[in-house]
Amino acid sequence: MGAAVSVPEITVGLSSCGVAAGAADVHAALAREIEARRIGARLRRTGCVGMCYREPIVDVALPGGARCTYGGVKPEHAARIIEEHVIGGRPVAELLVRAEDRTLPDEAYYARQVRLVLRNCGVIDPESIDEYVAAGGYDALAKAVRAMTPEQVIAEVKDSGLRGRGGAGFPTGMKWELARKAPGTKKFVIVNADEGDPGAFMDRSVLEGDPHSVLEGLAVAAYAIGADEGTIYVRAEYPLAVKRLAIAIADAEKRGFLGERVLGTGHSLHVHIKEGAGAFVCGEETALIASVEGRRGMPRIRPPYPAAKGLWGRPTNINNVETYANVPWIIAHGAAAFAAYGTEKSKGTKVFALAGKIARGGLVEVPMGITLREVINDVGGGVPGGHAFKAVQLGGPSGGCIPEEFIDIPVDYESVVQTGAIMGSGGMVVMDDRTCMVDIARFFLNFTQDESCGKCTFCRIGTKRMLEILNRICEGNGREGDVERLQELGEKIVSSSLCGLGQSAPNPVLTTIKYFRAEYDAHIRDRKCPALACRPLLTWEVDAAACTGCTLCARACPAGAVTGERKKPHSINQDLCTKCDACRQVCRFDAITVR
Amino acid sequence: MERRDCACVDAERLAVVDEVVAARGTAPGSLIPILQDVQARVGYLPPAVLARIGERAGVPAAQVHGVASFYSQFRLEPVGRRIIKVCHGTACHVQGATAITEALCDELAVKDGGTTADGEYTVSSVACLGCCSLAPVMMIEEGTYGRLTPEAARKVVRKRGK
Repeated sequence: MGAAVSVPEITVGLSSCGVAAGAADVHAALAREIEARRIGARLRRTGCVGMCYREPIVDVALPGGARCTYGGVKPEHAARIIEEHVIGGRPVAELLVRAEDRTLPDEAYYARQVRLVLRNCGVIDPESIDEYVAAGGYDALAKAVRAMTPEQVIAEVKDSGLRGRGGAGFPTGMKWELARKAPGTKKFVIVNADEGDPGAFMDRSVLEGDPHSVLEGLAVAAYAIGADEGTIYVRAEYPLAVKRLAIAIADAEKRGFLGERVLGTGHSLHVHIKEGAGAFVCGEETALIASVEGRRGMPRIRPPYPAAKGLWGRPTNINNVETYANVPWIIAHGAAAFAAYGTEKSKGTKVFALAGKIARGGLVEVPMGITLREVINDVGGGVPGGHAFKAVQLGGPSGGCIPEEFIDIPVDYESVVQTGAIMGSGGMVVMDDRTCMVDIARFFLNFTQDESCGKCTFCRIGTKRMLEILNRICEGNGREGDVERLQELGEKIVSSSLCGLGQSAPNPVLTTIKYFRAEYDAHIRDRKCPALACRPLLTWEVDAAACTGCTLCARACPAGAVTGERKKPHSINQDLCTKCDACRQVCRFDAITVR
Repeated sequence: MERRDCACVDAERLAVVDEVVAARGTAPGSLIPILQDVQARVGYLPPAVLARIGERAGVPAAQVHGVASFYSQFRLEPVGRRIIKVCHGTACHVQGATAITEALCDELAVKDGGTTADGEYTVSSVACLGCCSLAPVMMIEEGTYGRLTPEAARKVVRKRGK
């Protein structure tokens, strides 16, 4: 967990998720305590360590002492941490989530992880190039440009078996070779940081926690294919990532890692940031290029692939954030060390954004080939609150829902595809018995329908028709034959769309029909939602045995549907009830039932 | 709302366009950054502003409008001084984002996508803010609020002032 320190070091995780949980206030409180007591301690900043479920996170390291991690820290804890731990040398036991003796329960979160991409996340200060260099940063770039030919770099990446981490899994080395061999002297490299999948935040965390690793990977790629200009296309919704990237680019230029004559060689690379303007389809590489060129982000037919004709018609290499972040590690440690992790066809590790109904949600990196069960139960701690695991959604709107029967499949590109889902960029949303699968299918269709660029008729109108059917089913107006109509439309949209958005848009619907058909039938035939999620199909009632007649629900009901005398059981007039759930939310005696 | 387009307001906005275009330049590919900068300063992109951008940047009006209407970031209608983005990503959806939007709309007496009568807040459901592990989440200006309940979301708005 880091090197020994000469003065006490207190580190606060300040990525977007940390800040959202209140880490900035904790940082300020610690600064005040250090100032007030005039102790010689260093207050540091870092990105997301991955333990988002414990945010805000504070790390304390003492000279000659154990390094400890605190979770769920509040500003009012600052004084105790300084007083008892930094000055007194006794860690505050009840806030500890990780310590060097490795006996705390949160240790399980890390036990199965292998952190190659996330090697510096939550460890170094993302705004300090010195800390990146001290951690071995830019050694790989120096090795590549000084000791290797571009062909040797490409061979190393090919031998590593690295495949694109954006979702499709195309071999990275082969992609680079195509761009290198494409005729032309002016070539481009692009980082696809347009992370638009709802439920995914890997790229944001890497950009916020370790921006230099992405820049270094980009610089190695540029050298390998012979590009002198790079663009980072990043979502405008990630302001902190944009800010930290801008700092990293400026610092790397000052040190000669980027700019004219990289590290004194004949190779140059100028990198610009391009902020996306909010269009999911721009994650598709040809649409992304159109957007960089200032046009509507619409995909075009491939071939020609960007490797031959990309930005401004020139050979262009596009990879996603995580792919590039792997590259410095591969060059520094060698292809064989990387290929030692993973399965035969899926090498290395994969970063997942673990969220939803899971005890330990956050950013995890596991070797390929580990089973879904191991990720969800061992790393993530399983479904909390005594509820039953139902499915895991992989790959966002392009992916699908994997039911419990496949929970023991290994996590690799081929095994996941066999279930009808896709690996995707790494969003992993866990669902329990309270999640309605028809509603989830509708949720994703609503998204893709909205984000379709409109170029292909099947994608534009087909998804709209599918959404109409799903809306009808969730509202209790489903008809016999609806499921078959969804399947037929879905298959046609898959086969008739130009780009990945349309080709994968029906996946969430098709996989939920495949594995949860009974739930569709319950909605259509019985007008019931077994997960109790689709409100139009539910009924709110008062459990007379539990009701104390406190009148809270009657006062909360905006429709005047709840009536009753004080201290006597109340009742709900179903004709007036608008199914707003206000009565249940205020009830202190669990006396409102929904079925 | 006081956002009536009078002549003096228009003149100010057009001056902003001229400044932004001068700073960004008119090289191919600069249209989207120009639209972003202008919107950041004007608040939204009214027709007169779009027309001026086309003129100054040397881009056909149809293309300017085509790009501005394609991307969800660009607003062709005025919005409140502060925008509340309620995340409706998968994790937030599973954890009850709908109830958060409903509570905010109720608290501020607006519809989803609408602006309060005093022009202070616009409530808008968005695709994903990338804070999935803290779901459900909302963002007001640059501030992110996680692990919300409907009541907690109401309290944030009350505390920040209407």
